[in-house]
Amino acid sequence: MGHIKLDQVSKTFGSVEVIPPLDLTIEDGEFTVFVGPSGCGKSTLLRLIAGLEDITSGHIEIDGADATLVPPAKRGLAMVFQSYALYPHMTVRKNIAFPMKMAGVPKAEQEKRITAAALALNLTDYLDRRPGQLSGGQRQRVAIGRAIVREPSAFLFDEPLSNLDAALRVGMRMEISELHKKLATTMVYVTHDQVEAMTMADKIVVLQAGVIEQVGSPLELYRAPRNKFVAGFIGSPKMNLIEGAEAAKHGAETIGIRPEHIEVSTTEGTWQGTIGVAEHLGSDTFLHVHGIEGCDPMTVRVNGELSLKHRERVYLTPNLTHLHRFGADGLRLE
Amino acid sequence: MATQHSRSAARFMMAPAVVLLLGWMLVPLTMTLYFSFKKYLPLRGGDLGWVGFDNYVRFVTSSAFWPSVMTTLIIVGGVLLITVVFGVLLAILLNQPMWGQGIVRILVIAPFFVMPTVSALVWKNMFMDPNYGLLAYLWEFFGAQPVEWLSQASLTSIIMIVSWQWLPFATLILLTAIQSLDSEQLEAAEMDSAPAFKRFIYIVLPHLSRAVTVVILIQTIFLLSIFAEIFVTTGGAFGTRTLTYLIFQRVLESQNVGLGSAGGVYAIILANIVAIFLMRIVGKNLDA
Repeated sequence: MGHIKLDQVSKTFGSVEVIPPLDLTIEDGEFTVFVGPSGCGKSTLLRLIAGLEDITSGHIEIDGADATLVPPAKRGLAMVFQSYALYPHMTVRKNIAFPMKMAGVPKAEQEKRITAAALALNLTDYLDRRPGQLSGGQRQRVAIGRAIVREPSAFLFDEPLSNLDAALRVGMRMEISELHKKLATTMVYVTHDQVEAMTMADKIVVLQAGVIEQVGSPLELYRAPRNKFVAGFIGSPKMNLIEGAEAAKHGAETIGIRPEHIEVSTTEGTWQGTIGVAEHLGSDTFLHVHGIEGCDPMTVRVNGELSLKHRERVYLTPNLTHLHRFGADGLRLE
Repeated sequence: MATQHSRSAARFMMAPAVVLLLGWMLVPLTMTLYFSFKKYLPLRGGDLGWVGFDNYVRFVTSSAFWPSVMTTLIIVGGVLLITVVFGVLLAILLNQPMWGQGIVRILVIAPFFVMPTVSALVWKNMFMDPNYGLLAYLWEFFGAQPVEWLSQASLTSIIMIVSWQWLPFATLILLTAIQSLDSEQLEAAEMDSAPAFKRFIYIVLPHLSRAVTVVILIQTIFLLSIFAEIFVTTGGAFGTRTLTYLIFQRVLESQNVGLGSAGGVYAIILANIVAIFLMRIVGKNLDA
């Protein structure tokens, strides 16, 4: 089980409303990612679900029972913190055993679960070390191990990968995704990194200033962003948003075209510009093209092997089937 | 930056301080050792020559010696126990967000700024006096016979006074230690279904162990040599004569410098025994 329902949940700190009333349903077994820029209230929302913060109004339902006033320990949720929050004076084994010890799980059962978790997370050789002797990725796994052994109805992750280096982050991303497939437990994951959101999520919740901008699967958000904010936030590099005369031609206030949906030619095309900075990733090259009205610079993705020079004149042609149109209120026009 | 040149420059510049400290330590130590082997009675003939280990034998066979060692250890142990236990509790209390936090913290630290002599006098005359003391009024208010603190419960009284002085120190150090505890650890423990008391036992207390060690070590150094509190209140009577006080009596009241110096050497040995035990018990907390 692990069905979480938020009903008109809001949170104010003093006189500041961090989260205006919002509704959200997280289905059993789903991998839900809260994503948004810093300070958008996504961590607060997670802490409200965990019970570490009291909600100002509304109700939280977990597995059909009202959990609004239930203390965090009784909600049956496990949380992985950004700082990992491992207990520094305990060995890895004791860290992982701690929640079971508190819950009064018999010793033999504790041993069994620790062994299983250590095996699943590649921690068997480190069980007698202290957190201070582990690397960042290992600490991360211990924190996850401590969550797993509780056999919670849902896992809550609060930006768990933000303290890891880039290579490790990609690896841990995969490990967490695999863990989700294996356990099939509900996971709620907070991140500011839209790549993490796109790669891991079954369902993405895009937040801005405490307001849910859009909820949907990664590809839904990619194909049909509900407004300009989601359009700009989801996808890497960012969607090009063009305003003015060019947008008016398509009957919209703003039009959006992703860098991967633009054809580049040196001879002919819809728009004309000059190449500024080119970011070479090897497989792809991102060109920043200047001189296009309504959008300066425009980012374009081209094949990495294509050789174009700085200040060279190019012509760009958008693929009109992937054109997004937004009205004056920022909402998507169908 | 630690080049050969900067290292030797650093040594050169540290030299005056090191030499001064070394002199400060060596001169009194040598003089104590020197006098401890002499019969030296300033008002009864002065320097009366070498006597070998006579002073040492006399000091240790005196009926006052072992009781004074016990008294010293009881006072040190009692004060350590009170200050550490209440220090931890006060630190937790002061760490809670409350109105007027800054002022309350300054008030809590205030006793540490009072000179030992003054605080002992204040306690003796304003609190513990059996006729006019506040405690006497309190006892009478409840219809009880006022306690003559300094004669009936002399050791307890001294421990109370010294604890009152040292509690702020313990509280201050433990408070800063508590403030450095990562709040996510407490939240994680809360999620791990540890109730408040268990969070204290398993998370807060281990986190404080290093600070507690520092408090114990530093306080022990100072508590082994408390003097003013005893001098001002009981004058060493009623079983409050510590080793320090015994030495004082031998040198100044009996005017026997040689005997007192021998006592001083015993005091050094006692301090070192206590230090070794402490380092064995709590010193490992300072590693890592």
